[in-house]
Amino acid sequence: MSKKWREILTREKILGVVCMVIGLVIITVAALFLKSGEVATFIDEKIGTLFAPPSQATLYALGTLCFFVGGWQLYRGFRSTGVVLGAVGFLMVASFLIALTSGKQLNLPGLLQTTLTSATPLTLGALSGVFCERAGVVNIAIEGMMLFGAFAAIAASSLSGNHWIGMLAAILTSGIIAVLHAVLSITYKVDQIISGTVINILAAGATRYLKLRLLSPAGLNSPGPIANMRIPVLVDLPIVGKFFDNNPTVFIMLVLVVVVTFVIFYTPWGLRTRSVGEHPRAADTVGVDVIRMRYVNVIIGGLIAGIGGSYFSLGLGQFEDNMTHGQGFIALAAMIFGNWTPVGSFLAALLFGFADAVQGKMQSVLRVGLPPEFLQMAPYILTMIVLAGVIGRAIPPAADGKPYEKQ
Amino acid sequence: MSKKDVTLPIEQTSSEPSAQMAQPSFLQTRQRLLLGIWGGLVILIILALAGIFVTKSGIDFILPLLGVLLVMMFALVTIVNASFAWLRGTVLPVLAVVTALIIGSIIIALTDPLVLASAGNFLEDPTTVLHHAWDAVSLAYQALFEGALGSPAKITAGLESWLVDGNAKPLLSAIRPLSESITKSIPYILAGLSVALGFRAGLFNIGAEGQFVVGGLSAVVVGYSVTGLPTYIHLPLAVMAGALAAGIWGLIPGVLKAWTGAHEVINTIMMNWIAFRMTDYLLKEPLESIQGTHRTPDVLPTAVLPRFFPHPLRLHAGLIIALAAAVFVYWFLWKTTWGFEMRTVGANPDAARYGGISIKRNIVLAMFISGTLAGLSGASESLGVTHNMSLGFQAGYGFDSIALALLGGSHPLGVVLASLLFGALRAGGTRMMSVAAIPLEITSIVQAMVIIFIAAPAIIRSIYRLRAAKEGLVPAMITRGWGS
Repeated sequence: MSKKWREILTREKILGVVCMVIGLVIITVAALFLKSGEVATFIDEKIGTLFAPPSQATLYALGTLCFFVGGWQLYRGFRSTGVVLGAVGFLMVASFLIALTSGKQLNLPGLLQTTLTSATPLTLGALSGVFCERAGVVNIAIEGMMLFGAFAAIAASSLSGNHWIGMLAAILTSGIIAVLHAVLSITYKVDQIISGTVINILAAGATRYLKLRLLSPAGLNSPGPIANMRIPVLVDLPIVGKFFDNNPTVFIMLVLVVVVTFVIFYTPWGLRTRSVGEHPRAADTVGVDVIRMRYVNVIIGGLIAGIGGSYFSLGLGQFEDNMTHGQGFIALAAMIFGNWTPVGSFLAALLFGFADAVQGKMQSVLRVGLPPEFLQMAPYILTMIVLAGVIGRAIPPAADGKPYEKQ
Repeated sequence: MSKKDVTLPIEQTSSEPSAQMAQPSFLQTRQRLLLGIWGGLVILIILALAGIFVTKSGIDFILPLLGVLLVMMFALVTIVNASFAWLRGTVLPVLAVVTALIIGSIIIALTDPLVLASAGNFLEDPTTVLHHAWDAVSLAYQALFEGALGSPAKITAGLESWLVDGNAKPLLSAIRPLSESITKSIPYILAGLSVALGFRAGLFNIGAEGQFVVGGLSAVVVGYSVTGLPTYIHLPLAVMAGALAAGIWGLIPGVLKAWTGAHEVINTIMMNWIAFRMTDYLLKEPLESIQGTHRTPDVLPTAVLPRFFPHPLRLHAGLIIALAAAVFVYWFLWKTTWGFEMRTVGANPDAARYGGISIKRNIVLAMFISGTLAGLSGASESLGVTHNMSLGFQAGYGFDSIALALLGGSHPLGVVLASLLFGALRAGGTRMMSVAAIPLEITSIVQAMVIIFIAAPAIIRSIYRLRAAKEGLVPAMITRGWGS
């Protein structure tokens, strides 16, 4: 691209064009694939039909709206590109859902419930990554830490008969793995990607080895799933009630999103953490112990990843080989997509969880021709797009991945 | 002795830092002292263990052998420390592998059912526990050895029957483990070269696994869908298809890195998972041969990489591709201008830019070649061994290749040697699983340990008191953080 083009095609302008194209795509899809008389029926288990918009007309409306948002962005520009992204994203998701449900029934609260549960380990993994990377240590070992956590949770809860002890064991085990990551990448200054890869390889190998050699022969692989936690009054609410009858980890995750946001952005500790990740030399000059900050943050990250790991195994009630199945990398993607912030990661995880929930529904209820694997790819593709900076831009902490050499 | 006397002063004056140069004689005596202490310790351990075994199960000859090996290792370190500074980089990988194997044996011993059962009364009866531990480890490593190289007795018997009766069958089955080891090392060589080339260009290609899958799948698709061609056209076509598809798969992160600065590590990870999901989909329906098998049809005989020997031996012509690729990578990186530019970009991008080398072009080119090599790896596996593509095709070759590139010092020859070792581990691991009931995953634990020790040489140096090499064998491969 020449310089002249780069001046005309600013990121904001590209965003506008993309929005307009999305609007047109929605309208085209509505015209081509939907029949004019059909309605998309969204139901609830108890209440019955929630609302049933006529699918084609609604999609025309949504598409037009999207087109005009894009046009306005191109012509005048909104103050914040984040708002535009959010709005267009929502319009896209809504249209997608209506198009899929057209002529059929969909349990909307059920879908959102699955979204929330799918997003839980992703968010926890992403929060783990946020802690590490804000302190300047790249963590691609989320997958491995979670796998170790999943294993430890089952082993400990089988031995003790208590799921909470299992979760504690998961947290501690992941913490120990995080110590390994910290020692290798901070003290020995091993390339952090290599250190993370080692942990991933080790996790896949060691958990399966230990399962075959110790866990299964001793009959320690079936503590049963953890009991749901019910929030007393809220659980009786209509429609949203089922969100309050959930795996305990879901609530822990929600609390952690708030806590981590507060810690990272509103406490001296968080300020130091971020300074160590952005400009360690400057932090060192004003007296922040860079090495110690990095160690502690990486270990905290490990502890959080442990909770995420325990979610997989305690939710299922047993440990399966490689049961995280790439979720750790989607968590990494969620962290990048969320621009290294806890709330952003949570929203990204919800989006990815939604994709997961929809692909599950597509197979069971909706019976759409679109293969579910394409929706499973969506998180990875979206992350690449965001990272490339075509629409929006993911900006990592400046010193992320660089070992600190004290002078 | 005379050679040592000659080399010593030269080494010390030319290469050693001044702090060490100040007291050369002290260091030498210290090394001798160390050798004495270590040797004595090892001999003591040998005597103690031998005592246990004489009383329990007769004399085991492997044990003294192991002791001698240990002594030799420390002697090696001592000698290398004293002189031969140039050898220090080479000794490191050897020590890393040996240490990883020792840790592996400790893990095997600690998780052995009999050891665990008797561990409760370790204080009253330690010999039983040690005995069980020794049994477990020796059984496992014997199986590993025989699975990797074949049992010597069987080979001699087979050789005899071939020479005397002209019956080659026993010999073929006797050397099957060796052939398996080399067969398994073929995809390792190619994938290892892929990562190594990336390292040399300053790029971290974690995507070898995805490129492996894409390459394997593309080769198979061309292998069974294109019909009516003679072997000499069809086979190269299938191999090329695999290489090219994977090359494009690697090219995408390369282009993104060159033009937008998006870090190749994240993008190759994402491309891996896109590749996995895509093959999941393709193998479920469009390319499936029989409903429910999740497997493509077999490739036509014209697209199969020919095997060198009759049936039980699976060694195939992929070996030629792999070795040719190793030679090519060496020639390309060290004997051509393009390769020189690529290494310059990897070693010092600022200098490269100042020297007028296009960094963008080199990033794209390196990722493409890297992807191509990983694709060849997949193609050689699918056209040479499996002959089709199924859901379990990706077996970690791509991820292990990172270990190979590190272990081989990102040098083609090193990668080939490291691949032979990993191939042997993999082949032996299979036998270890069937004979000693030790899960195959012990090999991946050992491999992870190898990576740790290679990546953090300070650990190995402090265990064996090995002095630092003049320069690391592994090039200073530090990914430029995500932030920049």
